[in-house]
Amino acid sequence: MSSQVHPSSEPARWRYLDQVRTRPGPFTNPDLFSGEQVAAAMESMKILVIGAGGLGCEILKNLALSGFKDIHVIDMDTIDISNLNRQFLFRQDDVGKSKAEVAARFVERRVRGVKITPHNKRIQDFDEDFYMQFQLVVCGLDSIEARRWINATLVNMVDEDVEDSYKPLIDGGTEGFKGQARVIIPTVTSCIECQLDMHAPRAAVPLCTLASIPRQPEHCIEWAHVIAWDQEKPFPALDKDDPEHISWLYQKALARAQEFNIQGVTYSLTQGVVKNIIPAIAATNSVIAAACCNEALKIASGCAPALGLPDNNYMMYSGNDAIYTYTFRHERKEDCPVCGNRPRELPVSGPQQTLRDLLDSLADRPEAQLKQPSARAAGKTLYMRVPESLEKQTRPNLEKTLAELGLEDGQEIAVSDPAFATVVFRFTLRFKQ
Amino acid sequence: MTEIIMSQTPPILHAPSEKERKYDRQLRLWAASGQSALESANILLVNSGVGAVGAETLKNLVLPGIGRFAIYDEAVVQEADLGINFFLDESWLGRSRSQGLTELISELNPDVQGTWYPSENVKTLESLLVDDSQFTIILYTLPIRQGQLAQLEAYGQRHKTPLVAIHSAGFYSYFQLNLPGAFPIVDTHPDETATTDLRLLSPWPELVAFAEELTKDIDNLDNFEHGHLPYVVILLHYLGQWKASHNGNPPSTYKEKSEFRKLIQAAARTDNAEGGEENFDEAAAAVLKTLATPSLPSGLKEVFDHEHTSPAEQRSGFWLIADAVKQFYEKHGCLPLPGKLPDMKAQSKVYVQLQNIYKAKARKDAAEILEAVRAMPGGDRVDASEVELFCKNAAFVKLVNATGGPHAKTSPASRLKAVAEQEFSNDESASLTLSPLSLLPIYLALQATSHHVDSATPPRADNILAAIAERVPGAERNERVIQAAQEVVRAAGGELHNVAALTGGLVAQETIKIVTKQYIPIDNTCVYDGIAGRCQVLRL
Ligand SMILES: [Zn+2]
Repeated sequence: MSSQVHPSSEPARWRYLDQVRTRPGPFTNPDLFSGEQVAAAMESMKILVIGAGGLGCEILKNLALSGFKDIHVIDMDTIDISNLNRQFLFRQDDVGKSKAEVAARFVERRVRGVKITPHNKRIQDFDEDFYMQFQLVVCGLDSIEARRWINATLVNMVDEDVEDSYKPLIDGGTEGFKGQARVIIPTVTSCIECQLDMHAPRAAVPLCTLASIPRQPEHCIEWAHVIAWDQEKPFPALDKDDPEHISWLYQKALARAQEFNIQGVTYSLTQGVVKNIIPAIAATNSVIAAACCNEALKIASGCAPALGLPDNNYMMYSGNDAIYTYTFRHERKEDCPVCGNRPRELPVSGPQQTLRDLLDSLADRPEAQLKQPSARAAGKTLYMRVPESLEKQTRPNLEKTLAELGLEDGQEIAVSDPAFATVVFRFTLRFKQ
Repeated sequence: MTEIIMSQTPPILHAPSEKERKYDRQLRLWAASGQSALESANILLVNSGVGAVGAETLKNLVLPGIGRFAIYDEAVVQEADLGINFFLDESWLGRSRSQGLTELISELNPDVQGTWYPSENVKTLESLLVDDSQFTIILYTLPIRQGQLAQLEAYGQRHKTPLVAIHSAGFYSYFQLNLPGAFPIVDTHPDETATTDLRLLSPWPELVAFAEELTKDIDNLDNFEHGHLPYVVILLHYLGQWKASHNGNPPSTYKEKSEFRKLIQAAARTDNAEGGEENFDEAAAAVLKTLATPSLPSGLKEVFDHEHTSPAEQRSGFWLIADAVKQFYEKHGCLPLPGKLPDMKAQSKVYVQLQNIYKAKARKDAAEILEAVRAMPGGDRVDASEVELFCKNAAFVKLVNATGGPHAKTSPASRLKAVAEQEFSNDESASLTLSPLSLLPIYLALQATSHHVDSATPPRADNILAAIAERVPGAERNERVIQAAQEVVRAAGGELHNVAALTGGLVAQETIKIVTKQYIPIDNTCVYDGIAGRCQVLRL
């Protein structure tokens, strides 16, 4: 085993990388690998990073030091002081500036020869032509909704006859000491929508608990957030980043907690509940971002088998109790609304359920998570959120029962949601009674 | 029961400080106590070899605000460093790598103090280590010269300092914790759902009285009251009924518990608007989990069984408390009550009363243990809050490295042989059991190059296999060991940045656990395979 190294344009600098990426190892698939072309191919590749936060900063550094030269990054956030414990490309003086721009400039300055193009925008601001220019997409986001959007977009872009239309999506996520890294080859492997039920939303506290029988400090905070704020409107609109607003909620929650003898309301907890703060540390981000970029290097060079090609496609990571990874193959779902071709079964209590209940249930179901659904069935509009005139026209249907709307067991309905404009979610109604 | 209510202070006083805002996302994991432990720590990184993994580790410790760090690194920055290490740039070419890393890593957090060696006054590792104990923990990267390793190990033994060995090459890495002795952790942060301990099979008088009072006229309660009985009370009430018709015995078999669950379900009222009762649903769902007779958790058993005779252990509050808890367990047949009540459907007032009954019992148990601790020699120094924390977490207390350290009964060499035998035999049936293959071959191959510091002549497969054969005879013929050796040869002693960054994340995380004594560190070696995309922890 002493095959030849095929150095890049700066052999001394990239010696360690070239030793591995341009020579085959015992696990390299010779059909997918051509050592002499690797360095040049990677240098001309365009790679997109979504998110310049905790994972994004790490991802940009890792890709720059993996031999990628043309990197774009999208993030519309600005830097906050609470980012500084892990987002290592930012300093105190950068607070308030664009994450994408500061991160791009820093890595460009530090790693000579890499070009990073920042986009201080939302991912939804770009069309398919924009996404088509990249060979790989690496995601470090904290929002499920954004992940679902980019996933649906990349799946939609697949044209079976055009090899270049398959854009591998590498996605990372963390929470405290835990996280996951996964590789999605659109329409080939299981996609983010197929895996949606692995990221179930937290169950909401029933409104009656908040309104009349609070027991936990969180109940008092949610009461202040959901009920007291609306009643008293102390400021024109709630800004969760404004300490004055959080202080107001905290005061309200504290007073309510004292009324009910409940302990544990603090400013920090108030902020955590209201903003739904997820704990985050540098170490876990480092692990997950590197796991993602390691897959990017393997896919781009072919120097070792990558996740998703074709076996295991998902690595679960947990660091609370020692270190544990579970790397497995998540199967594609035939009834996935994004990459499948079969409608999904939707259990419904029975014909007496109202359309409103049915549509509301779509928000909580782990495999659906649709917050603003509109619905059609057999050419008939059941409920439409836009345009306004249609909304007004279809609103009375919400209080009608499924029976009154002529919907039967086994019938298919089509649901859309503005958050995922390109996707039609097909469901088959299954009455329990 | 009266509750102490903190007086209301103006909101501005509660708003977080600048520092709390900066560290907010991590304080939610390890709280102020963990943060202050981090800030008192002083870490030494001996950065040998390519050195990217060391820099990445340090980055993840400086960001959350470790107190101080020092880097010992003899290398001079070369072109190749700039292609692998993010904390060096052109301006450092030809200069001290130690200084370059220290300056660029220090930029990440102005709260942290960094120093570098060799310096004017301290020219060798040996002279750095002659000082009194000053390092909380020492990290060193491989390959390293044998002599330097011996100096580090001697220092670790002399000062009881944890050592962490880190080796990253190509797609592979491992790191190994070398703790100076048994390492107990109380604040293990178990999953919330695992911690429920309601004592329904052995309720104390106050709890029984409370439940009886609420249910004495259960059939005549109005629908609101009935629908808001806490499930703890429901279960206690029907347990009483069950025992009366079963010779005083609670449901014990799975079949009996299923029957009992049906009894609860049948007791729910359905003639209301909802057609059922949520609190009875909660009660039925809790049957299997809450009606189990508790056994002594294995982690705590290990603590109870551990001989703690070293002077350091005899001085420690932990072991005094452990002894007292053991006495308590032997006397009462149960652990001190943790006292936490999960949320359940109930009226606010009733829930808070019930919560206070659990808290009061927990305080009573903790007081009994504190008294026992105080009666022991040296027990007067133990803090009441330490006892409280132990009682709250007793079922989840964990002893890491219980059998390792300098007093281990078996030598590292024979442990390695035993583990190898086990792992290779598991691998033979792995395709049947669908379990992942062992990553021990990676450890063996990397370890064979532990002292290969000469970068001009990269390691060769036959040398690696010969070194493996010396440690684990026969392993050198194992197909996967041969492949691992070839993969290590491909790296030619070089690191890949991603693997260095990933490993640096893992090591930093474990360092934080050791320094804060929170969460559970690995015991004791973690191997990473960047080709398969997974880790394995081995006890070597
Ligand atoms: Zn799918």
